[in-house]
Amino acid sequence: MLQIDLWKRILIALTCALGVWLALPNAFYGPVEQHNDAVAAIELSGSTETLEAQKALWPDWMPSQLVNLGLDLRGGAHLLAEVKVEDVYANRMAAQWPEVRDALRDLTPVRRQQSPDDELRVRLNDPSKMAEAMEIVRGLARPVPTLTGAGSTDISVRGEDGMIIVTLSEAEKQATDERTMQQSLEIIRRRIDEVGTREPTIQRQGADRILIQVPGIGSAAELKEIIGTTAQLTFSPVVSRGSDANANPGIGNKLIPSVDEPGAFYVVESAPVVTGEELVDAQPSFDQNGRPAVSFRFNTSGARKFGDYTAANIGSPFAIVLDDEVISAPTIQSHIPGGSGIITGNFDVETSTNLAILLRAGALPAGLEFLEERTIGPELGQDSIDAGKVATVVAFVAVLFFMFVSYGLFGVFANIALIINVAMIFGLLSLVGATLTLPGIAGIVLTVGMAVDANVLIFERIREELKTAKGPARAISLGYEKALSAIIDANITTLITAVILFVMGSGPVRGFAITLGFGIVTSVFTAIFVTRLMVVIWFERARPKTIEV
Amino acid sequence: MRLRLFKEAPNFDFFSHWKIWLGVSGLLMVVAFASFMVQGLNYGIDFRGGTTIRSESPMAVDIAAYRGAIDTLELGDITITEVFDPSFREDQNVAMIRIQAQDGQEAVTTDVIAAVETALQTVRPDIKFTSVESVGPKVSGELIQTAVIAVVLAIGAVLIYIWLRFEWQFAAGAVLALVHDVILTIGIFSELQIRFDLAIIAALLTIVGYSLNDTVVVFDRVRENLRKYKKRDLKDVLNLSINETMARTFMTSFTTLIALIALFVLGGDVIRGFVFAMIWGVIVGTYSSIFVASAILLYLGVKRDWTKPDANTGNQYANIDA
Repeated sequence: MLQIDLWKRILIALTCALGVWLALPNAFYGPVEQHNDAVAAIELSGSTETLEAQKALWPDWMPSQLVNLGLDLRGGAHLLAEVKVEDVYANRMAAQWPEVRDALRDLTPVRRQQSPDDELRVRLNDPSKMAEAMEIVRGLARPVPTLTGAGSTDISVRGEDGMIIVTLSEAEKQATDERTMQQSLEIIRRRIDEVGTREPTIQRQGADRILIQVPGIGSAAELKEIIGTTAQLTFSPVVSRGSDANANPGIGNKLIPSVDEPGAFYVVESAPVVTGEELVDAQPSFDQNGRPAVSFRFNTSGARKFGDYTAANIGSPFAIVLDDEVISAPTIQSHIPGGSGIITGNFDVETSTNLAILLRAGALPAGLEFLEERTIGPELGQDSIDAGKVATVVAFVAVLFFMFVSYGLFGVFANIALIINVAMIFGLLSLVGATLTLPGIAGIVLTVGMAVDANVLIFERIREELKTAKGPARAISLGYEKALSAIIDANITTLITAVILFVMGSGPVRGFAITLGFGIVTSVFTAIFVTRLMVVIWFERARPKTIEV
Repeated sequence: MRLRLFKEAPNFDFFSHWKIWLGVSGLLMVVAFASFMVQGLNYGIDFRGGTTIRSESPMAVDIAAYRGAIDTLELGDITITEVFDPSFREDQNVAMIRIQAQDGQEAVTTDVIAAVETALQTVRPDIKFTSVESVGPKVSGELIQTAVIAVVLAIGAVLIYIWLRFEWQFAAGAVLALVHDVILTIGIFSELQIRFDLAIIAALLTIVGYSLNDTVVVFDRVRENLRKYKKRDLKDVLNLSINETMARTFMTSFTTLIALIALFVLGGDVIRGFVFAMIWGVIVGTYSSIFVASAILLYLGVKRDWTKPDANTGNQYANIDA
């Protein structure tokens, strides 16, 4: 029967109105974007006249959620980085070494042996004390909280022909990896925020990858520079200084080049006195000669270690090492108790500022390897938007025209539904803050073409039912009834593929899946509710004896 | 005045030569597969790693000069193609430069890109680089894997859904039609050597969705007619069902095609391959619903006793009242 309850009519109308309302800001993209930026800026740093003027470009009571434009439309840079989580194991083992040495000091002298990065091999001078030594080293193990329960410790210890081999346990490796990832994410986020770009995406992908997308940035190379190298800052004891790049540094030491003095190499101890992780602040400043420098301050434990070391080693040099290069190697003049100091080197104002930022944001705990990088220029993005707009409008008009000449008045109903349909897609996209990509635009165009399908199914069915002459009311209602199972089946199968695309896809492809999926949902809604409502209202008013579909 | 393709319900005989059509489809699949095996696909960097640089200059593209400039860098296999598009401005001369993944380098190096850009700038000082994309071999391998899994998953999910809603013969017909569409699409991409990248996988899945949409509409009508005409020959029922849904099939394919053609012509060169795949898919998908899916159904035969209405069929939805 051709009856729709009043409350259902109101609900359908309200849903459509809501869709259009939410989609509205996208029609005024520029002003709304300025408004949103101004609101954010005012919240952050107070109001100014220009900001207020920008804010006034769009009324506050209107919705202001916009569809995000993907990198391929807006331009920007995209990086996929793999965090080399294993890097951290070596540091862990290097830190473990002094601990093991000190613990065994009273038992027997030990020497560190060459070993893979994630192992610590220690040879006992007196192999007969092996059992005892292992007991002591095992005692150094700390429990690791894991999901699987208690009983896990951070290191496992085994003995092998006079050597004690300390390795990280699986549980500890997992916990370390997790921490490394969290830290890396946080540090990358902070570094990008320091530059203050709009809506960066910094996302973890899988176990050890990070996806970074920054709209509006010039190139991926620039973005890499901001993320920076690892900025591992250490203060290490200097063993010797030389000019041989192939010199054997000896076990437990490493040979690293100097930044300022070409050809000079320092041998420093692998285990640093203090690391950049214990920095609480770093600022660009000037040394006593007025040359740019970076001043820094340690936290309490860092300050104590630094103080103790300087007190014990007055007169000997130590190296300030950044990312495996010696920035400077001053000689300790006096005990430095307060935990603050100054790094001098061959800086200008810009490099000292950058270094301070890098240090302040903290060191990346592990190196990054870039697996994928994409830069899309804003011009190309704009060209794509323009072309996409023209194509969408042409496609839209062509489909509207074709529907009208095919189905007359019913075609008009379907066309109104189609317009509402596209508005609702944009409304939904804005609501969930989805990203519109170039394939996403293709998804919308495809939806425009396919959305009429449900209506076509119904109209063709009504035509068929009219032939068996049951009267227009009966034909319309039968048409809807009988077309429904085909509509549902056909759209669910398409929805399945859209969902799979969304789950498996990434970036632009995912954007396509989202618009396609939303398009399916809204087109079914508009066909079986919106057009139907229009047909019913028209039918109630006109009461036609015959209809032509 | 209405525009109507068919004044009356058409009455074509689709199945008088159904075996021939199945044979033709099978042959096409073999040809497509052979082309894929012999020529292979023109994989984009998404799938084989490497770098593409899109350059834009007010002066005409001189491929030989570009190549000469880059060759000195010894980067291995390099392809340079000029891009034409009606939407370009007069002074917009676009070229795509593709550099193969460098041996032994997992990560992408900024140095290589910078070197290429500098080399090109010596030839065309006003050249701009509107997009630079690099994918390492590690990721590209994974992308292929994911893509294949996605297509297989989609087809599998659909198989199960149609099996549940219809009968296994329908599911078999629909899925064979999908495989047909996917293989023919891959075949045309390999034959015409159109760049095959991640977006094409999205297009493939959309084709799967579209072709299915079409097949399901026909099947839905077949099911209905099987109930209505219990005694008629299966061939007649299939023919009737296809003829009855002909008007709809034509309308939908036509509206979708005009929308896609608008996008193909006006949407810019960046997504042209993607749109081409979909246009091809709409055509092949429409064909396969009739000549593959329904023909398979005819070949496999189908349960004729539909008197006990299946709890899953139309009824539960048919009662939805707006």
